[in-house]
Amino acid sequence: MSENIIEVNNVSKAFGGVKANVDISMVVERGSITGIIGPNGCGKSTLFNSIVGYHPIDSGSILFEGNEISHLVVGDIARLGMLRTFQQTRIYGEMDCVDNMQISVSHRPGSQATMFASRRGEIRERAEQLLEFVGLYSKRNLISGDLSFGQQKLLEFAMALMNEPKVLLLDEPTAGINPTLINGLIDRLRRANEELGITLCVIEHNMRVIMNLASDIYCLSNGKMLASGKPEDLQNDPRVIDAYLGGH
Amino acid sequence: MFELLFVSAPIMNVQLLLEGIFIGSVFALSAYGLALIWGVMNVKNLAQGDFVIMGGYCAFAVYQLGIHPLFAIPVVIVFMFCFGWIVYKLIIKRVIDHDMFVSLLATFGLSLLLQQLLNLVFGPEVQTLDSQYGVFLLGDFVTVPKIKIISLVIAAAFATAVVIFMKRSRMGQAIRATAQDARAARVLGIDTDQVYAFTFALNAAICGVAGVLVSMIWSIQPFYGIIFSLRTFAIVTAAGLGNLPGVIGMSFVLGWFEQYAGVLAGAEWQIAASVFVLIGVLVWRQIQARRHRQVVR
Amino acid sequence: MTNEKILYLGLGIFGIVGPILFPDYTLQIAMLWIMVLMASTWDITGGQMGYNSLGNITFFGVGMYVCAAIQVSMFYDLAEYTASYGAIKPVFTESEYFIGLILGIVAAGVVCVGLSLLLGLAVFGLRGPYFAIGTLGVAVAMREIVTTMDTVGGGAGISMPFLPLPIEYRSLFFYVLCFLLAVAAHFTIRWMFSTQFGLAANAIRDDEDKAEAMGIPTLRYKQFGWAVAAFYMGCIGAVFGNMSGYIEPQNIAFPLPTFGIFMVAMALLGGKGTLWGPVIGAIAFHIVKETTWTYLLDWQYIVLGLVLIVNIVYFQQGIMGWLKSMYPEKFGIVVDKSTNVSKGDA
Repeated sequence: MSENIIEVNNVSKAFGGVKANVDISMVVERGSITGIIGPNGCGKSTLFNSIVGYHPIDSGSILFEGNEISHLVVGDIARLGMLRTFQQTRIYGEMDCVDNMQISVSHRPGSQATMFASRRGEIRERAEQLLEFVGLYSKRNLISGDLSFGQQKLLEFAMALMNEPKVLLLDEPTAGINPTLINGLIDRLRRANEELGITLCVIEHNMRVIMNLASDIYCLSNGKMLASGKPEDLQNDPRVIDAYLGGH
Repeated sequence: MFELLFVSAPIMNVQLLLEGIFIGSVFALSAYGLALIWGVMNVKNLAQGDFVIMGGYCAFAVYQLGIHPLFAIPVVIVFMFCFGWIVYKLIIKRVIDHDMFVSLLATFGLSLLLQQLLNLVFGPEVQTLDSQYGVFLLGDFVTVPKIKIISLVIAAAFATAVVIFMKRSRMGQAIRATAQDARAARVLGIDTDQVYAFTFALNAAICGVAGVLVSMIWSIQPFYGIIFSLRTFAIVTAAGLGNLPGVIGMSFVLGWFEQYAGVLAGAEWQIAASVFVLIGVLVWRQIQARRHRQVVR
Repeated sequence: MTNEKILYLGLGIFGIVGPILFPDYTLQIAMLWIMVLMASTWDITGGQMGYNSLGNITFFGVGMYVCAAIQVSMFYDLAEYTASYGAIKPVFTESEYFIGLILGIVAAGVVCVGLSLLLGLAVFGLRGPYFAIGTLGVAVAMREIVTTMDTVGGGAGISMPFLPLPIEYRSLFFYVLCFLLAVAAHFTIRWMFSTQFGLAANAIRDDEDKAEAMGIPTLRYKQFGWAVAAFYMGCIGAVFGNMSGYIEPQNIAFPLPTFGIFMVAMALLGGKGTLWGPVIGAIAFHIVKETTWTYLLDWQYIVLGLVLIVNIVYFQQGIMGWLKSMYPEKFGIVVDKSTNVSKGDA
């Protein structure tokens, strides 16, 4: 029985006079890859930020594994097992790649990362293995700030994996990536989902990518939920097509 | 205490309220200058108080020559303006793009330098300049030194002049444009470096005028600068950058608070009172920010 | 790294042999170790964590007063003692003095840890310049509060108990205390930053919001780092109070325009965010300070202020940063010699 790992119920958020999210409801099934699409400015990032606790919501409720989380801050939610990546790719720019990975280890109670855990032991080994998984092993000793944009995106993804999250929210993971590298990234996302059991929730603009990757898709428009369903259904939904093309 | 509360209280309150306004008006000048460079260049000038004290010592130097300190004002404006321009070119310009602690530390270093220089040149004694204008009697009990009234008028007039300048003149418009969006201003042909230099120099001049007034209605000493800077920060942090009425209001509030603290707790608590206000404002801002799950940046 | 071992050997030998070879300079060398401790502890939250405090001197002064209060009040009434302005000249037996001193130093450290946790509640929600100004305000506030407390002598201060040892051993005794505290602080910091703590601190510095979003409990690390700094600053303040023989709030306990800022200047000069940077910076700064003293007299602080400004404006990476950019391999930094163009496989 697949339960909903995230449940968003009637969430609204406004900034001053701008109603960024109006009465949004959606669910993310455990173990699935769920996509969120919609034209620019429709409120996708605001929704993400609401879910991960970046700001308080005006009304509604957000459940993670059945528990209310809308009153929690980012750190608490991250320690419950929900992580997000950033659209502008954020990493620790003055530290080398291995260190970036090592500090990304899970800080949940009971994990092996105590405050003064050694930097030379199992944590480091796992870090190097994951760097190998994303193809950055040869760059592991370089300062992360010196990597190319695409490499930094991979590093950020690897850091998220290091944390062993239950759910990973990805904000436009293919944005700014060289098209020849996108397939590699998609492959790794799928493997993270299938082999490591991480539920994914992905904001995407690249239709080819999201339609092939996700099992369920939600489409937002003007802050409201426009349509939802399987990729095949949404691809032919006139409202979705209209939202993307009609806005120009 | 009985006498304090029931006999002298109304008179004392009026006295303290007036004192608060007089000193608050000088705080407001300094706070306006800080808000100006903070808003335009994102420079948090820890030497702001030292600029004020420096202006006061300029008046002192003029006074030593036998000239009345009020006539120092035009001299101080020109001198401090040039000083500010030089400081911008030599120091501020080079740290403006770096991380914010660096620019803060640079101004702190400047503050220390100025303190030691003033100490070396003028000595560590506390100075107050006697304007010899006498006092003005309000009713039968409240005495107001005439110089304080003059100071309030000058402060208000000078502030008004600066605000009009900012609204009407070409440079004023350039400054406001650069404050809103420096890159756009540059694209439109505004020389932002010139604007920054002017703004910083203007701030120094404003502080200079405030200093001349302080030297007459209060007192100056080479190491008073840092307290003045902290006061100014408290005012600007509490009021917010674009909020001119807020800055003026908060300046008066701080002036009153210090006066009352001095009377109720003792003169030695006056400095502590202003620093407590700063810490209080910072704590309050954190509480506000936490409601939105933010921090104070 | 053999370079590091050479440094330890050199400094260790100098530390042990210095006061024997140059007995007239014992107190100056003791000051050097005090500066090393101050710069190194500042860097824990400053260069390594990105929380640049301008108020660490608070703990120096509070530690000093706590220790003095304990030393005196163990055998005399503190208020009476301070009110007499030195008329009461207590004579301590050796055991009385040393028990008082040890208890005083420990208490100084512990009280400062508690104080840092309390103050942390008020300032750790501030970032960047606000944190600097907030901590500066705290230091000024503490100085003013102590000035009003008559029990500890107010503005006039406290005359410290005299060390009951032959005069030729006085300087050496305090020297040993300063040296041991500096060594203890250094190795504590070295250990801390060799563990995950060091990574967490640097992560907070590089991108605190990202660290929070990755589940790092940043507040805990900030609290711990500042508590360690507060502990050692409190201890060294206690020792310094005894060294100087007389303490008062403006120039000895809370010297904001001098030591308060020197610790920042030294860390910056040597290279903040590194283990050896603050140490090297402290040594360089102290040497410059001591040599210019005789030639510059009143102008000394002006020159030091100029040095600070020049350092900030033109030499931000500090000595260590400069060395690292010249010889990166010697520091274990790997430089990618190939061009950074995205190829088929990242």
